[in-house]
Amino acid sequence: MTDIAITPAQGCPSGLEPPTDMAAGDMSAFIRKKDGLDTLTLSVRGAKCGGCLSKIEGGVKAIDGVQKARMNLSNGKLFVAWSGEDLANQIAAKVTGLGYGVAAFSEDASAKSAKQEERRLLVSMGVAAFALANIMLLSVSVWGGHGEMGEDTRTAMHAISGLIAFPVLLFSGRHFFQSAWSVLKHGRANMDVPISLALTLAFGVSVWETLIGGAHAYFDACVMLLFFLLIGRFLDARLRRQAHAAAHDLAALQNRSVNRIASTGQMESVRADQVAKGDLIFLAAGERAVIDLKITSGTSSVDESLVTGESLPRAIQSGETLYAGTVNLDRPIEGKALGEASDSLLSDIAGMLEAGEQKRARYRKIADKAVSLYVPFVHTTAAITLIAWLMLGASPREAIMVAVATLIITCPCALALAAPVAQVVASGRLFRNGIFLRSGDALERFAEIDHVVLDKTGTLTLGTPKLVSAPGDVLTQAAQLARASRHPLSRAVVEAVGAGPLADDVREVPGLGVEGWIDGERYRLGSAEWVGADAPEASTGPTLWFGADTGAQVQFHFQDQLQDWATMALSNLRDAHLGVEILSGDTQTAVAEISDQLGVTTWHAKVSPQGKAERLAALQADGKKVLMVGDGLNDAGALAMAHASLAPGGAMDVSQSASDAVYSGGLKAIDTVLSVSKRTRGVMLQNFGLAAAYNAIAVPIAVTGNVTPLIAAIAMSASSLIVTLNALRINHKSSS
Amino acid sequence: MSIIVYLIPVALGLGLLGLIAFLWSVYSDQYEDLDGAAHRILEDDDKPL
Repeated sequence: MTDIAITPAQGCPSGLEPPTDMAAGDMSAFIRKKDGLDTLTLSVRGAKCGGCLSKIEGGVKAIDGVQKARMNLSNGKLFVAWSGEDLANQIAAKVTGLGYGVAAFSEDASAKSAKQEERRLLVSMGVAAFALANIMLLSVSVWGGHGEMGEDTRTAMHAISGLIAFPVLLFSGRHFFQSAWSVLKHGRANMDVPISLALTLAFGVSVWETLIGGAHAYFDACVMLLFFLLIGRFLDARLRRQAHAAAHDLAALQNRSVNRIASTGQMESVRADQVAKGDLIFLAAGERAVIDLKITSGTSSVDESLVTGESLPRAIQSGETLYAGTVNLDRPIEGKALGEASDSLLSDIAGMLEAGEQKRARYRKIADKAVSLYVPFVHTTAAITLIAWLMLGASPREAIMVAVATLIITCPCALALAAPVAQVVASGRLFRNGIFLRSGDALERFAEIDHVVLDKTGTLTLGTPKLVSAPGDVLTQAAQLARASRHPLSRAVVEAVGAGPLADDVREVPGLGVEGWIDGERYRLGSAEWVGADAPEASTGPTLWFGADTGAQVQFHFQDQLQDWATMALSNLRDAHLGVEILSGDTQTAVAEISDQLGVTTWHAKVSPQGKAERLAALQADGKKVLMVGDGLNDAGALAMAHASLAPGGAMDVSQSASDAVYSGGLKAIDTVLSVSKRTRGVMLQNFGLAAAYNAIAVPIAVTGNVTPLIAAIAMSASSLIVTLNALRINHKSSS
Repeated sequence: MSIIVYLIPVALGLGLLGLIAFLWSVYSDQYEDLDGAAHRILEDDDKPL
């Protein structure tokens, strides 16, 4: 009898990600009309396997009125189209009911243009492939018929090749021509200039040869060059687009709808960017604030862990300020918006992210350095060849042919493929290890790291407190009170005990605790003074007191536990002679204890989000290349500023989009990322070396006038193949 | 050998058909979700296509 796995009713049936417990906001503001139907696109979190796909699509299609529901597993977007009444919230509720997280999604302009650019490159590549195959058909006939084929037939074959090549060159080659033209206008040159020059000259010379009935036409080399270069461009664009897709989750966070109380007293649901300063906003229990608020009525306690890193909630009341990103825990509150959504702490962090992105864009990749050496080399070689042949007495036609052949054969198929191919293979290997690389050039930056800065809560620790010790039967009683509260410590008690009954007449007092009646006696669970305990013991972690009005009080101890591989990961980093440091927004005692446990000597506590970014700037000014690992909103600025950054899979969307890679499966990922990126960097340098070696062999052959279209075709394919095969070596474990 | 006057256009025509099929697959978003497509073939429903 085989064991049948018990599939959890909630969340991913394959258990690839835990179920998400959330209530969706109001989605009606995000409905778009298309082809007469109402449509909604939702960003779904937690859908990882084929089972999730059928569960979500099946569940949504079962709702009356839904015409179309399609879940995209690669980017997590669910597209639903329906007719009839407003089903938006029903659909969202269905998905959250199945155990997945949802957020409204509206594609913004830059994501759309990235998608269109990638598609254009793919189509150009396909057209070039078609042309290449058909021209080769004819070229191989010409090469095979050498000596036997009549001149007329040969010219006819050349002519047909030319007719195929011409429109394809214009269509598929426009990427290079447009780019070359735009830099030439400013008097500069980039890689596309010699490429465009080679393509134009090769085509022109081939047309001339065809018209005079000559022997060599380079149409095949021309289109082959185009095809290989487009492969490199396409891979590059695809990798970059995957990176940008996650970056726009920040916008999605701000896309959330907000409950506003109008002057008439009516509650209306609006988009976050429609809120004006001074608007009265209603924040329900369990809802996350998207705008900075000044509380006008209500008392509650709030979870600021994503903003400050502080692990315990604090009580708030009228008059205090609530920052965007904070979760309201107990009671609904109302507050005045302190500014628009764009003024909030959330957007300050968004600003830091942009600054980080710009900084990254200026990083000079190895590929750029190679290109800047290559371009002048190619041009001068071709020019010298032309002049030399003319001086040696050759006819202009011969001299031009040789010069063009030089240009074609030095053309950079290998060079253009060197980096993208290595990045794609490395990205695949990391993905199989549970690490999602968000940009190809990040690999080079990871390879240069010499100092690692880590956040504490959620990165080194599990992020949620765990009950350490408590006597048994008291625990079950305490759980009867704890089940009614959202406070993280109560949740920890419930987790320790499990499901069970609720006490009678339970009420929660924000900031103090919970009280209720069990077996006719009044019990309280909460802070020491609330429960009536005197002389509380000192403790390194958070504590909770429990007791009846009459009788003894018991203290529960909690601890934020270390992640599984934390100790091993950090000692590996120290063995590799990397500096290690902890930056946390949490209290001194908490950070000191964790640092002690892990053997880290440099640490800072109670650091604000700006403080983290400043510390990173200081380290980098010292000349250190810093790797930042963090998960909270308060880490986002630092993640963007670091030389390279990592975020755990459970991190907030913002932090994921600020980082270079997202990892799951524990801190051993840090080791994997660093070693794979070093290996990739090595392979990329090898590839550039191979491209240079190829040129060293090819240029003499070309300059001495021995290159025919056949040789050009072989040379180009061979160089591209070698570079690709070398890149595949990244998949094999290195012997370090 | 004058048969190649017919054969070459036929070859090109077939190639063109292939290109059109490729363009159709790109524009009908078939390259958008390669992971999802891989899982969809394993679904057990007996729905008609």
